[in-house]
Amino acid sequence: MRPRASIASIPSRVLSYALLLLVVVLFSLPFVWVLRSSLMSMSEIFQLPPRWIPAPFAWQNYIEAVIVIPFGRYFLNSMVVVMTTLLGSVLTCSLAGFSFSRLRWRGRDTIFVVLLTSLMMPYAVTLIPTFVLWKYLGGINTFMPLVVPSWFGTGVGGVFNIFLLRQFFLTIPFELDEAAYMDGAPPLAVYWFVVMPLSTPVLVAVIVTTFGWAWNDLLSPLVYLIDSNKFTLAIGLAEFNSAYSIQWDLLMAASIIVILPVFALFFALQRFFVQGIVLTGLKG
Amino acid sequence: MVGFIVWVAGPIVASLVFSFSTWNAGGRFRFVGLENYLRMARTDKLFWKSLLVTTYYSLTSIPLTLLFAFAIAVLLNRKVIGISLFRTLLYLPSVAPSVAVAMLWLWLFNPDFGLLNYLLQLVGLPKLLWIHDEVQVIPSFILMNIWRMGGPMVIFLAALQGIPASLYEAAELDGGGWWSKLRYITLPLSTPAFFFNAVMGIISSFQVFNEAYIMTDGGPNNGSLFLVYYVYLNAFRYGRMGYASTLAWALFVVILLLTLFMFRISRNWVYYEAKGR
Repeated sequence: MRPRASIASIPSRVLSYALLLLVVVLFSLPFVWVLRSSLMSMSEIFQLPPRWIPAPFAWQNYIEAVIVIPFGRYFLNSMVVVMTTLLGSVLTCSLAGFSFSRLRWRGRDTIFVVLLTSLMMPYAVTLIPTFVLWKYLGGINTFMPLVVPSWFGTGVGGVFNIFLLRQFFLTIPFELDEAAYMDGAPPLAVYWFVVMPLSTPVLVAVIVTTFGWAWNDLLSPLVYLIDSNKFTLAIGLAEFNSAYSIQWDLLMAASIIVILPVFALFFALQRFFVQGIVLTGLKG
Repeated sequence: MVGFIVWVAGPIVASLVFSFSTWNAGGRFRFVGLENYLRMARTDKLFWKSLLVTTYYSLTSIPLTLLFAFAIAVLLNRKVIGISLFRTLLYLPSVAPSVAVAMLWLWLFNPDFGLLNYLLQLVGLPKLLWIHDEVQVIPSFILMNIWRMGGPMVIFLAALQGIPASLYEAAELDGGGWWSKLRYITLPLSTPAFFFNAVMGIISSFQVFNEAYIMTDGGPNNGSLFLVYYVYLNAFRYGRMGYASTLAWALFVVILLLTLFMFRISRNWVYYEAKGR
């Protein structure tokens, strides 16, 4: 039985491998095309039939893009916003996740369900009242509206993070907590010294996704930030598009600069990241 | 907890109140009861248009994206040379920030010098206008969404790797070919992943904003007027905070109904191991 089955499946294996290869090539083409465009002069971009390899490589596009958009400024703003958001989100979401999974208190599970329902609530619903609130608090045109919510376990991806972390925390053996409590450790110590060190994969997943969301957030900066010197990279890039919409070479160089930090983080943490998703993604 | 009340629960209640009022930026707050809702349902043609656009996009792009992601996951779920490189390459598009992705596709969709029309020409097909045409704009967005199917793909892969090899061996002993293995083992055991991805897909695809803002401004001729973009226009460009809240609530109700519907029909097609025993 066995040998026959594997001989019969050789053509189908080759076929599926070829198919896979084709898809991979097709999926990578857009990146290649954009990379090539970002390294061409405008006249070369508009050549027909198009060329794949730029000659010469126009590295100055990147320098020019960085100057035309005040990239340094925007990058710094983005970094401040994203890093503060990340720190707040990871700390408070993991605390909430810890509380929802490993502490017992009245109404815990009811509140958790309510929290989950709010996942379905479109961002658009809460955006308007939050905007009005910040208007009264004088937070318009500051980074406060972008950053503060994440320090309360909400903000970009907040509820989703709490959910992900809770699910993971539930898989850690409870005996570890009990042993620590026996030794007189307070809950916060259990959180910090027992649960957190065992949760690297899921924490990495949370960090990568939250970084991505915060980095990519366009709606909130658009709504809250008025001064162009307060802009983040996301909104800077969008504004650049409307101002220089014909400068494709610069636009593509700028887009690549915006993509790079996220890719760098992804590659650095990829191993943990996929593991974290796989371990927690589906278990209910 | 405090955070939840201030940033989630509070705004939800406030938004509900707003939705029953006319309240313009800087203007007076006036309670108008159901007037907004009636206006939305009866006279606002753009609301219906944007609901139609958003629903059309979601209900086409979710099945297509999921089927494609599943097919790719099946192809990826084996040990061949370069598999981890393939996985990474196919996952990358979904990691890229959507602001930059929108920019990137704006260029790919360019009718004269874009990659897509170039490829079409290479295989001898006529050029398309892509996002610059009222009819083609949503299919263009769907294509873009399929390119970013990394998220569902990873979930499918996880599900496929959880299927015990013994099941396939048993099927082989009974003389089952690849199709019957796919049909009677792989597919049923992947239904929870399908369900999860579909629900996540509904929640996210009904909230498309960045692409509409950057690529099309809701056009051409409102052909890509996604609901969240319409809410944004009303609230922050026309200053109609009250009416925008009404629209946002309509959006929530649509998402809620669809999600509940998914849960309802899931009993018929989602297979959970625990029940089978």
